[in-house]
Amino acid sequence: MNCIIIDDEKLARTILKTLCDDVDSLQVVGEFPNAMQAIKYLNENEVDLIFLDIHMPDFTGFDFVKTLKNPPSIVLTTSDSQFAIEAFQYECIVDYLLKPIAAERFKTAVTKAKKHQLISAKTEEQNAEKTYENDFYINIDRRLIKIDIPSIYLVEAKGDYIHIKTEDKNYTVHSTLKKIEEKLPESLFLKIHRSYIINLKKIIDIEDNSVLIKKDVIPVSRSKRPELMKRLDLL
Amino acid sequence: MEQPNLTYVDQLARGDEKIRQTLIDVIKTEFPEEEKEYYTVLAKKDYKKIEESVHKIKHKISILGLEKSYELANTYEHNLREHRMEGETDFEEILNTISAYLKTI
Repeated sequence: MNCIIIDDEKLARTILKTLCDDVDSLQVVGEFPNAMQAIKYLNENEVDLIFLDIHMPDFTGFDFVKTLKNPPSIVLTTSDSQFAIEAFQYECIVDYLLKPIAAERFKTAVTKAKKHQLISAKTEEQNAEKTYENDFYINIDRRLIKIDIPSIYLVEAKGDYIHIKTEDKNYTVHSTLKKIEEKLPESLFLKIHRSYIINLKKIIDIEDNSVLIKKDVIPVSRSKRPELMKRLDLL
Repeated sequence: MEQPNLTYVDQLARGDEKIRQTLIDVIKTEFPEEEKEYYTVLAKKDYKKIEESVHKIKHKISILGLEKSYELANTYEHNLREHRMEGETDFEEILNTISAYLKTI
């Protein structure tokens, strides 16, 4: 893990550097006497972990944390235990070290930071997988058929069934519009009527209260029209 | 009064003389600067700055193993937050003790 140290006291930075040097998996890539210099560095560089002093003149450790858009793991270092409660408000703060920092306690904090990194990486991976879910399966006559989501241009509800219209083929499935709506990405699809969901990328034209999509003319509910207009990329 | 020691520094250095000396050098360089800063802001009666200065020195007091002195400094720091100077004499005595000790190492 790459880490930086932010503390206005040189002795505190030297001690932290000494403690970091004793952990093989830690590389100190920067030491800063104030938050502003660290922000400047972080604008151009990524780090995995920050050892951050809370009590600094002008710009406190908490002020610094608030400036970070995607904060890495942060271990707070301080002489006062009074800030511990506030520290719990920040998800990125993984531990709180009281000065003078004992070597064993320091290693515990590094272990916590590593765990935090692993959990964050796993969450990111899961989110990425979610983003790339590009298809789902429908059951027709005991056959599971894969439907490519971007190829769907229209979903129509009819009684207990829904018609799924894709670029290649149309399917009739025993399901509800609500169920399929949950499978479709909001960024691409919009329910424009209680019986219709359309793929916004497949619209050919819009006239008054209807949408032409492929060869189908679909009604647009009055209540859905503002949302539809908002979602279109108008010149 | 309790006397400063290098127990923490030695624990950190774990027998590495270079690390030990680096830490001692930083203390010997930084402490007089912080002490000077303390008296400067004290003369200006700037409570906020005095508090910040005491806070910074407090760390060195703990590094040098002065547990009771650390508590006194802590109380002084809290008093300063309420614009009260109780603890000033004790704190300055601690500064003198550390200054004298640093000349011996």
